Amino acid sequence: MVSLLCCGPKMAACGLVLSAWGVVMLVLLGIFFNVHSAVLIEDVPFTEEDFKGGPERIYRLYEQVSYNCFIAAGLYALLGGFSLFQSRLNKRKEYMVR
Amino acid sequence: MGSLFRSEEVCLAQLFLQSASAYSCISELGERGLLEFRDLNPKVSPFQRRFVGEVRRCEEMEKTFTFLQQELRAAGRLPAPCPESPRAPAAREALRVQEQSEQLAQELREVSRSRSSLRDRLRDLRQHLHAPLGSPPRPRALSEREPILDPSLHHHLDRKINFVAGVIHPWRVTAFERLLWRACRGYLVASFVEMPEPMEDPATGESITWVIFLISYWGEQIGQKIRKISNCFHCQVYGYPESEASRTEAITRLHGQIQELSVTLEETEKYLAEVLDKVAQVLPTWRVQVQKMKAIYLVLNQCSFDVTKKCLIAEVWCPVRDLTQVQDALRQGSVSGSCFVQRVPTTESPPTLIRTNKFTAGFQSIVDAYGVASYQEVNPAPYAIITFPFIFAIMFGDVGHGLLMFLFALWMVLYEDSPRLRQGTNEIWLTFFEGRYLILLMGAFSIYTGFIYNECFSKATAIFPSAWSVATMANHSSWSSAYLATHPSLTLDPNVTGVFQGPYPFGIDPIWSLATNHLNFLNSFKMKMSVVLGIVHMGFGVMLGVFNHVHFQQRHRLVLEFLPEMIFLLALFGYLVFLIFYKWIKFSAADSRVAPSILIHFIDMFLFTSNAENLPLYPGQVPVQMVLVVLALASVPVLLLGTPLYQWCRQRAPRTVRPRPLAAGEQEPLLEGQEAGNSVNATTEDVESGGHSPDHDFAEIFMHQAIHTIEYCLGCVSNTASYLRLWALSLAHAQLSEVLWSMVMRNGFVGLSYVGGVVLVPVFAAFAVLTVAILLVMEGLSAFLHALRLHWVEFQNKFYVGAGYKLCPFAFAPDTWE
Repeated sequence: MVSLLCCGPKMAACGLVLSAWGVVMLVLLGIFFNVHSAVLIEDVPFTEEDFKGGPERIYRLYEQVSYNCFIAAGLYALLGGFSLFQSRLNKRKEYMVR
Repeated sequence: MGSLFRSEEVCLAQLFLQSASAYSCISELGERGLLEFRDLNPKVSPFQRRFVGEVRRCEEMEKTFTFLQQELRAAGRLPAPCPESPRAPAAREALRVQEQSEQLAQELREVSRSRSSLRDRLRDLRQHLHAPLGSPPRPRALSEREPILDPSLHHHLDRKINFVAGVIHPWRVTAFERLLWRACRGYLVASFVEMPEPMEDPATGESITWVIFLISYWGEQIGQKIRKISNCFHCQVYGYPESEASRTEAITRLHGQIQELSVTLEETEKYLAEVLDKVAQVLPTWRVQVQKMKAIYLVLNQCSFDVTKKCLIAEVWCPVRDLTQVQDALRQGSVSGSCFVQRVPTTESPPTLIRTNKFTAGFQSIVDAYGVASYQEVNPAPYAIITFPFIFAIMFGDVGHGLLMFLFALWMVLYEDSPRLRQGTNEIWLTFFEGRYLILLMGAFSIYTGFIYNECFSKATAIFPSAWSVATMANHSSWSSAYLATHPSLTLDPNVTGVFQGPYPFGIDPIWSLATNHLNFLNSFKMKMSVVLGIVHMGFGVMLGVFNHVHFQQRHRLVLEFLPEMIFLLALFGYLVFLIFYKWIKFSAADSRVAPSILIHFIDMFLFTSNAENLPLYPGQVPVQMVLVVLALASVPVLLLGTPLYQWCRQRAPRTVRPRPLAAGEQEPLLEGQEAGNSVNATTEDVESGGHSPDHDFAEIFMHQAIHTIEYCLGCVSNTASYLRLWALSLAHAQLSEVLWSMVMRNGFVGLSYVGGVVLVPVFAAFAVLTVAILLVMEGLSAFLHALRLHWVEFQNKFYVGAGYKLCPFAFAPDTWE
């Protein structure tokens, strides 16, 4: 059977930390984009056209970016789960070698 | 407590130890780790000291232990660290340890030797077995020779065929073949076959597939040549029994031998394992015991032997608080309670002892890195616990980065007892680990300043609603679409009612992150803040000097040094702080066109000029400033000449104090002090009243005071400017953070389809890695360094001398081997 262990203990720990940070920060960013925060206006990819006819188009752009953030947060959650799985495998391997 | 405020009182004491109980007394004292022993025999070489024999014995035992340790490691075992630390052994026990260790080492050597010889023999036999007898040789495909002649055919031939069989290293086969062919001119037939299984090479230990060769030849000369050539190529040569029967007999015989040998080898290995087990059990305890014994003898070598009283005298630096404990230890260690400790007066400056716990140790170490406090000088460490993280945070202010730093330090603090963290060998990791409480506070304070600067990963957070209203401004100015199209940048005028609704409750208004003149506003704020903080910090440093003056009974310095210093600092720079606050409070947006410039006022104050366009801040400003400048300038000569003149007057006054004779029973220290100007012939009386010529002293004192005055006055100006690095570094951090966001993270938001979500994953990973590498590590180290510099130079040169040395008590260090 192919060994499922592909990361060492340190890489699994790094992956776990990065995923945790990613999930928290991207979820918060997603929420802030969803609330149409003015501070994040520079990050929304608008064009000249979007400024005509009221703020609705800008709001839709905001929401699109927020959905992207949530998708990325979900992917990081998967990555976090994978890293957790790898670190558990590593721990088990450490016990069995003795 | 009080110990963190200034160092403890340390006195010089003499221990009188009876020769019989000296060893156990020192052992007791070493277990408690209270005293620093002074070397009373500095001129005696290590080979002539009293206890050199014992030390040598300890070193021999250590050599044996090293050998045992190596054997253990070669066998792949690690000795467990000693759980509880045993005490130093008495003489009898030490002898037992020595005998046992030597016996074990001897056994180990013998067993290892016999095992290796058995192994060699076994390998030989195995080779022999395989070589010519194991399998019938098959000719190699590359060989152009005829198949080997069947030995049973040799009866039919005239000549006698002889055989040589052996084993050769596979790399040497072609050379061997060629040489045989050339040397023996074809009067031989050789065949080479690989061994069915690889075997170990005795020289290198790797397993190689050896090649068996079988050479059949006729003629004696050829035989000798072949043998010589085989010798040169380092092959093992075996005899080749000619008949089938003798071959099978030889095989069975060899098998039997191999069997016996394997059994013997197994027994040997078992015995070796037992011996190693025994060693692994006792070695750690022995090592610690012998280490302690050696340390005790080295200390005993430093004592001097008093022939009249037949006892050893040791001179120690002892904290006054621990004198009773020392007496206790001596009573426990000595047989008849005959050892005692006695305090002796001294003119030397004792070492500094500051007791710290795991939290304060980090802060004390950064203060000590610059200079250990002089004896009983006021210690800057307790204030550094707060000011150092705060000044770091001013330069680092960002909620996100501060939070990351705080969490990292929190992890280290919560798991500080885990052996995996404590036994790291990486030096850089150990440095971070030692400073975990430092980093914890730095992170916490950075979160606070992050909220004040309103920066979280370079984005402002609108926790409270912004105080600026764009709608009101738009309605007031009735901006039309055409106006907006031609003017890319719009002004929000706070003078218009309703646009600015008052200051933001906490920190900087989030609207500033959208403003183009963000930096103009922030620079002014941060520069003024840096100057204010700097002057407060330095003023605090000057005030700490008061404690020193009072403690060292130098009250004249309060009036002649502290007062002029404070007046100089406050009259000039305290006034600057006042101007800053006054302008912030008194002037508002309504007066922004005519608001006076503090900088120009300050320059004019020194040049005694005035500028017509620069309105005064308050009525009567010019005379007030003149008075302040005159006051400041007047304090300089007082600072320059006050203390030297005072000391000169005191010396010229007739001496009314007589030198105090030594109290009965008090001893003089055995070791003369090494202070400058303390000659061997000078007695204590001379030193107390300063027996040198007054002129020489006065010149030195005057010079010293002049340097101090110049350093202080110029320092006030330059150090105030130096605090502007608080502004510079916080600006750099903010800009770096903003650049990282806009150049890295923004690319993740560009994609509008759902694929953008997937692209955001690696973009965020890159952003995270760069944040940690650049903003946390690089900027963190940079801000740490600058905060450290501000403390070491700008703060501490107002009051700190830092010319002391640490008390290094004699204690048995935990086992630090490997």
